[in-house]
Amino acid sequence: MQTVTTKSLCERAASLLGEGTVAAVLGWKRGEFDYDLTPAVFTAAEELTEGFIYNDFSGANLSKYLLKKTREIDGKILVFLKPCDTYSFNQLLSEHRFDREKVYAIGIPCSGMADIQKIRKIVGEGITAIEACENSLLVHTLYDDEPISVSCAEVLTERCLNCKSKKHVAYDELIGDEGEVLTSNRFDEVEKIEALSADERFAFWQNELSRCIRCNACRDACPACTCEKCVFDNPNSGVQSKAPGGEFEEKLFHIIRAYHVAGRCTDCGECSRVCPQNIPLHLLNRKFIKDMNETYGEYQAGEYDNQRAPLVNFSLDDPEPSDVVKGGFDRA
Amino acid sequence: MQRIGVFVCWCGSNIAGTVDVHAVAEALKTESGVVFSTDYQYMCSQAGQDIIKNAIHEHSLTGIVVCSCSPRMHEATFRKTAAAAGLNPYMVEIANIREQCSWIHKDMLSGTEKAIILGKAAVAKVNLNAPLTPGQSTVTKRALVIGGGIAGIQTALDIADAGFPVDIVEKKPTIGGKMAQLDKTFPTLDCAACILTPKMVDAAQNENIRIYSYSEVTEVGGYVGNFDVTIKRKARYVKEDICTGCGLCTEKCPQKKVPNEFNLGMDNRRAIYIPFAQAVPKVATIDADYCTMLKTGKCGVCAKVCTAGAIDYNAKDEFVKEKYGAIVVATGYNPISMEKFDEFAYSQSKDVITSLEFERLTNAAGPTSGKLLRPSDGEHPHKIVFVQCVGSRCENCAEKGKEYCSKICCMYTAKHAMLIRDKYPDTDVYVFYIDVRTPGKAFDEFYRRAVEEYGVHYIKGMVGKVVPEGKKLLVQASDLINGKQLHIDADLVVLAAAIEPDKSARPLATMLTASMDTNDFFTEAHPKLRPVESPTAGVFLSGCCQGPKDIPETVSQASAAASKVIGLLVKDHLTGNPCIAQSNELMCNGCSSCERVCPYGAITYEEKEFRMPDRTTKLRRVASVNPAVCQGCGACTVACPSGAMDLNGFKNNQIMAEVDAICKM
Amino acid sequence: MQDVKEFKPVIVAFCCNWCSYAGADLAGSNRLAYPADVKIIRVPCSCRVNPMFILRAFQRGADGVILCGCHPGDCHYSTGNYYTRRRMSMLFSMLDFLGIERDRTRVEWVSAAEGAKFAATMNEFVEKVTALGPNKRLEDLRCKQ
Repeated sequence: MQTVTTKSLCERAASLLGEGTVAAVLGWKRGEFDYDLTPAVFTAAEELTEGFIYNDFSGANLSKYLLKKTREIDGKILVFLKPCDTYSFNQLLSEHRFDREKVYAIGIPCSGMADIQKIRKIVGEGITAIEACENSLLVHTLYDDEPISVSCAEVLTERCLNCKSKKHVAYDELIGDEGEVLTSNRFDEVEKIEALSADERFAFWQNELSRCIRCNACRDACPACTCEKCVFDNPNSGVQSKAPGGEFEEKLFHIIRAYHVAGRCTDCGECSRVCPQNIPLHLLNRKFIKDMNETYGEYQAGEYDNQRAPLVNFSLDDPEPSDVVKGGFDRA
Repeated sequence: MQRIGVFVCWCGSNIAGTVDVHAVAEALKTESGVVFSTDYQYMCSQAGQDIIKNAIHEHSLTGIVVCSCSPRMHEATFRKTAAAAGLNPYMVEIANIREQCSWIHKDMLSGTEKAIILGKAAVAKVNLNAPLTPGQSTVTKRALVIGGGIAGIQTALDIADAGFPVDIVEKKPTIGGKMAQLDKTFPTLDCAACILTPKMVDAAQNENIRIYSYSEVTEVGGYVGNFDVTIKRKARYVKEDICTGCGLCTEKCPQKKVPNEFNLGMDNRRAIYIPFAQAVPKVATIDADYCTMLKTGKCGVCAKVCTAGAIDYNAKDEFVKEKYGAIVVATGYNPISMEKFDEFAYSQSKDVITSLEFERLTNAAGPTSGKLLRPSDGEHPHKIVFVQCVGSRCENCAEKGKEYCSKICCMYTAKHAMLIRDKYPDTDVYVFYIDVRTPGKAFDEFYRRAVEEYGVHYIKGMVGKVVPEGKKLLVQASDLINGKQLHIDADLVVLAAAIEPDKSARPLATMLTASMDTNDFFTEAHPKLRPVESPTAGVFLSGCCQGPKDIPETVSQASAAASKVIGLLVKDHLTGNPCIAQSNELMCNGCSSCERVCPYGAITYEEKEFRMPDRTTKLRRVASVNPAVCQGCGACTVACPSGAMDLNGFKNNQIMAEVDAICKM
Repeated sequence: MQDVKEFKPVIVAFCCNWCSYAGADLAGSNRLAYPADVKIIRVPCSCRVNPMFILRAFQRGADGVILCGCHPGDCHYSTGNYYTRRRMSMLFSMLDFLGIERDRTRVEWVSAAEGAKFAATMNEFVEKVTALGPNKRLEDLRCKQ
């Protein structure tokens, strides 16, 4: 469970609203179920008590919503940011995507988010409610009289299992401590795929990406995909196409999307979280991050405001493309 | 929908020999947008161009595809043809079916097939072409020359003679530069001061020239035709317009122990000084590092003796802002430091000197009044050793020397050797060299005279070590031709130090967004064809800031740079290249990626008002491209994720249409 | 007699205007042959080449894409090819990660004086792509006409 309560966050938000420091609060709201949270804007204390929630399913990265909301709402917006969200927040700032003056950022601690798919695997379907206890979740279902207890560690999302940092890199106010950068094994999965033969790699991605239904959820949730007009929606771009009819269409979409966010992607994992087809899209981004780290030096997007990303930078002695590509068609 | 005309050129048999030109013309007739297609023997001929012009009129063509030789050959020709017939010249595309098709393929079938595909790609592109009009910008008719050595002076004089105002910014108290420090010049042995100082006076008296001495450029903004430059006029504590240059203060100043940089520290000057007798402007300057009055508030002798009342101890640095149409960089060179060359005992013995120091020693206005005397004891040296390439052509010694040849050392050493033997026939002169390089007019003859007429001992070989011993300098060297080790007990050793760009050049290059090579020499727009222009439009190069060169070469380049500047300043408007980047503001994210990759600083951001869906207006940060600065590389277009940044003439959809046409099977 | 049609690859070559396109012209002037399968698209600088163009070419049936620019340090626009080098390194590595044959993509620096190098590079590239056979992994069947 999370170390801060919904109630304490609600109270802090309400007081900031009350004293007029902020005009609105960007947080999470209960959907149909406890595990089905959605980003929402609250403008009154009553709304907060009624709907605001922070629990093991508050995975949504709220920083992206600031783009639209700072334009729509006059006055400051309070936003709650988990450590990984602050990287996206910084990255957006360095891209001048919103006015920092219009935001009041509160950093909140995060002990990792739960993956509803993993819970379903354990308890089955028909989940009606989930209660958080110390280190476990009590899951109520339609079919069981007693709630089933699952350990939080067991159902952590992939991105939280490989959490890269618990450090808040941007905030106006902190609840809990600033936290620290962690060492993670987030590139292990990428390395595993790299170790496959070209045929196996192709088969792997063919299998994954052919499930894509081009719903655009990954793009819409991605805090780096913030273009005023996406190339895939622009009839003049030449790549506008939605139907995943051909064998390559969805690959083109995902390669271009990953390329467009390369150097800007903070590895927040929203793409994979929202994918209804469970495609491990974050692996494409991590491949770019890994390659850039190894070739051009360690770089964490969003670590600081106003960094120069590897792809808008160069050095005179960069290696040639032929030296960077490690694999090959014939590699065993 | 375009109305496209296709014109297939035979180029005699150059194309028609391996490409069925009729078939190409025929095949392209059915392409989308094509309303006319023909072939002709020589499209570039007058008759061929007339065919194009007539077709434009007869078929109301809106676009043209010429299947011919490389666009590098005749694109300009056909653009002019189109323009003459009233068509926008940028509606012309060339399919290169000669260099990239008929000349490399022997088989008619594959040649024709490829020519058709190349034609189709060009047609596909023209279908998406839009008329382009080059942007125009005004030109400020004033030039800035940075550096007041012979390069800067010559450039300024030439520009001024053409009738344009020009400012020289010189960081030292006087113009003249290195040449003012030289004694004689090779290969004619005329006196440097005699030919330089009249030019300095000319510059001072020319109505079109304004000299900012003791000044530095601190800020450069703007672009070709419209540079905004901030010049710092360093406080010299002497009112330039009042000082008569009488020099009384420089005689009365009680602070006598200031190393005289003009004589390379071989003698002293006062804290208030005029660098040399012919200085321009001839006004005194107070050296704030040494002036007792400025440091302690106690002295004031110069103010007391100055009858003109020119001394002003309260002077402050002043900043002048000025607009220029063109900027010439003439920041010159310096000999490299000899500190790291311990083997030659430069820092251990006063009698090991550099060639520039030697110039001062032989100069009548120098510390010894032109008598060749050893700096240590003032005695006349009888054996002098010259060491060539000290720090030049230094492979694998980047930490202390330079990889390049400094170019001027061979000749000035021959000059020095000859002058010594001429004045002091009792003195033996040895020159140790790797090669003697004399590729200039009358250079080799000059060098041979030194050897043959003046009996200078030229020895191919390297000096390994110089050891001061008593009054002598023991020189250990190898004679490569005779395969011997030599030991010479010299009285004086002269080091031909490599030359390097002035240290002020690097920060200046950053201000100008002009590029430099790894040695900090400015790079040319093209090493052969545009040697006096920097790749940054409106910035020109004069003298050693671009690479080592001697005086005649410097003066030629200075005049060449001047003529380029004049060519720019005579224009009332500059016509740009219309194939430049353009940002679609509605799609722009304002993320700065494009700005970061632009090599010319052509992209700036502005806050613009945009209508929101709810009819309110909001400010949004969007990129805008300065058409006068953008050169059209397209780096920004790829950095832009949304495709808001596109390149006119090579738009995303145009290139993709070409791709499609080629890949379609 | 074989009645299987000999495989002729479709090769798209992006060449920068200042060096490589001129190098290709020089190859032509010197009559240095390379297969007609290579079709050149002129771009002002290699840094104008968007990864989208390369993917598009493959999608539309190209069997190989090669990108040629000035040698690093010689860019007409001084820094363009340095960006190209990074962009293509990353893109090609990603394509490799997706199991796409590495020899279908290439970056080569060819100066205006290197006509012979241009022709040799093209010959070699075509040979490699021909050996790989038709591009199946990257084409979009709908786009075939």
